[in-house]
Amino acid sequence: MAQAKPNSFRTGPDERGHFGKFGGRFVAETLMPLILELEKAWGVARKDPAFQAEMDYLFRDYVGRPSPLYFAPRLTEHFGGAKIYLKRDELNHTGAHKINNCIGQILLAKRMGKKRIIAETGAGQHGVATATVAALFNMPCVVYMGETDIERQKPNVFRMKLLGAEVRPVTSGSRTLKDAMNEALRDWVTNVEDTFYIIGTVAGPHPYPELVREFQSIIGREARVQMMEREGRLPDTLVACIGGGSNAMGLFHPFLDDESVRVIGVEAAGRGIETGFHAASLSAGRPGVLHGNRTYLLQDDDGQIAEAHSISAGLDYPGIGPEHAWLHDMGRVEYVSIRDDEALAAFQLCSKLEGIIPALEPSHALAHVAKIAPKLPRDHILLMNLCGRGDKDIFTVAAALGVTL
Amino acid sequence: MSGDRITTRFAKLNAEGRAAFVSFITAGDPDPTTSAAILAKLPAAGVDVIELGMPFSDPMADGPAIQAASLRAMKAGMTLKGTLALVRDFRKSDQDTPIVLMGYFNPIYIYGVDRFIQDALGAGVDGLIVVDLPPEEDDELCLPALKAGLSFIRLATPTTDDKRLPQVLKNTSGFVYYVSITGITGTRTGDTGAVSSAVARLKRHTQLPVVVGFGLKTADQIATVAESADGAVVGTAIVNKIAAGLDASGHATQTLTEQVVAFVRSLAEGVRRKPKGGNRAAAG
Repeated sequence: MAQAKPNSFRTGPDERGHFGKFGGRFVAETLMPLILELEKAWGVARKDPAFQAEMDYLFRDYVGRPSPLYFAPRLTEHFGGAKIYLKRDELNHTGAHKINNCIGQILLAKRMGKKRIIAETGAGQHGVATATVAALFNMPCVVYMGETDIERQKPNVFRMKLLGAEVRPVTSGSRTLKDAMNEALRDWVTNVEDTFYIIGTVAGPHPYPELVREFQSIIGREARVQMMEREGRLPDTLVACIGGGSNAMGLFHPFLDDESVRVIGVEAAGRGIETGFHAASLSAGRPGVLHGNRTYLLQDDDGQIAEAHSISAGLDYPGIGPEHAWLHDMGRVEYVSIRDDEALAAFQLCSKLEGIIPALEPSHALAHVAKIAPKLPRDHILLMNLCGRGDKDIFTVAAALGVTL
Repeated sequence: MSGDRITTRFAKLNAEGRAAFVSFITAGDPDPTTSAAILAKLPAAGVDVIELGMPFSDPMADGPAIQAASLRAMKAGMTLKGTLALVRDFRKSDQDTPIVLMGYFNPIYIYGVDRFIQDALGAGVDGLIVVDLPPEEDDELCLPALKAGLSFIRLATPTTDDKRLPQVLKNTSGFVYYVSITGITGTRTGDTGAVSSAVARLKRHTQLPVVVGFGLKTADQIATVAESADGAVVGTAIVNKIAAGLDASGHATQTLTEQVVAFVRSLAEGVRRKPKGGNRAAAG
């Protein structure tokens, strides 16, 4: 498995959509012409200043970018080590980083003349962001969501409905994100002519992992500039949570060729890796093919996909973006995992110390920060992506803490 | 060469002047024993080519009926290894009926591509249809399978235009499977008029037999498709028949096999109604 260290970690994917052996285009023939059409449209759009200008405009005036880079004084003091900075993507319109990608993809959909939008969602953040841009661009929108997730993310389900989207409950399989993605793919295969599928993370068939990364990389590009202004140097460590891995890819990518920057992705260990109830595909999975790409997957010895488990619906996915799989094998990014209970503690800590209620997803990242920050020197700069806010999670957290609302 | 079984069968049917009846069932559905019993009876019921589904947890191109069949089979303990064993047992009593395995790539990838090809050949498998391996991923399985002597049957769809068709057909062998609708299995039935023009279009690009599937449910539909195509596939309707033969706890009732086989026999009649026209012989 030894692969030569590349000159750059930022050049992938190749023209066939591969990051090393990961990625690719493992889709049914019905979708293939569409994937190629998307690749072509994306290739033209990314070089078109008008496309970029429209995206910049919406990022600034609609999403509220740039998101602040915030020095977290009380968390820093509490941990007693590294200086903690938070990239405040939870302040974006719709409350998470997901909107960055949706803006980019709906602009692509518009360019391609598509009339109908579909999406899958786990926590509901991507569904809300998709419903939001669909409303803005006046396109009908169907969001597939697992029944289990609908139950634990009721506020977001209602938000999507307010925004005019139709939320279709998915009752197959584990009734979570993976099954919602299956169902969205089934819809797409059926409605290829007029429908654009806005995939929510850096996974799926090429060119999705690349284009989602590019749209999310605004996070890392901003953070880089902001950190230079603030500290006059690059951060020493980056930390972000990973389900499919879009917020992490967005933060990491602009820093991958800066050797001095340590990069850490945090997966969900659920009730603990050893219990089997987790969503840590890199820590406990192995390479396989699902949802259009080769990547690390939770699966059994027969190649059947296993169910993922996490208190956080947004991390509850048995796979991970193919670029993460490659960065893992190359050793450029360290991948660790955090349990439900550790994330819950971090959720409360951030709320009490900084007055910021984080989503359960970045609470995983913060829980890892809590582990490493105390041991780091005071001049060590640690940048964590606070990729979503926690309003949507208050019912889940209340239930976990035994509180009746 | 196992690929010969497919070629021989289509050549024989061509000489008889009729199209092939291709049936799909999922290996191990509803349980390995019942599945083996159904499989063994398919040729006598009029099935010319057998498509055998390899169960997968996430069948992205399949509708609810075939998803459920996969789950039943997996719940009953069916694996890829078990699927190959089913074929091996079938071959003890039938050396002529071609068997094509149909499914998704991940179980094969995890089994190990080279080992899978060898074991499939050893078991008596003739061809593969792997839904999520388009020509762009031919290195993964298609090319090594062809090299070893397994047919690799590709799906062509209404979205496969003339520009793309040569690429889709390039490494296809055995037959071409035309999916007559855009969509998942078993949900809609294609317009049979559109089918004949689509078959004619494919025939302009390939000498291989063209088999049509997705959405066929009755002998009448099969008869219509058989007028222009070299074969008609029925999957969901048969799988639904299996589901209908389960008791409240999901176990096969005593009459399930018999009912399914009788249904298959009634469908198979669709390809045997009238001899084909002269252009068929020319196409072969």
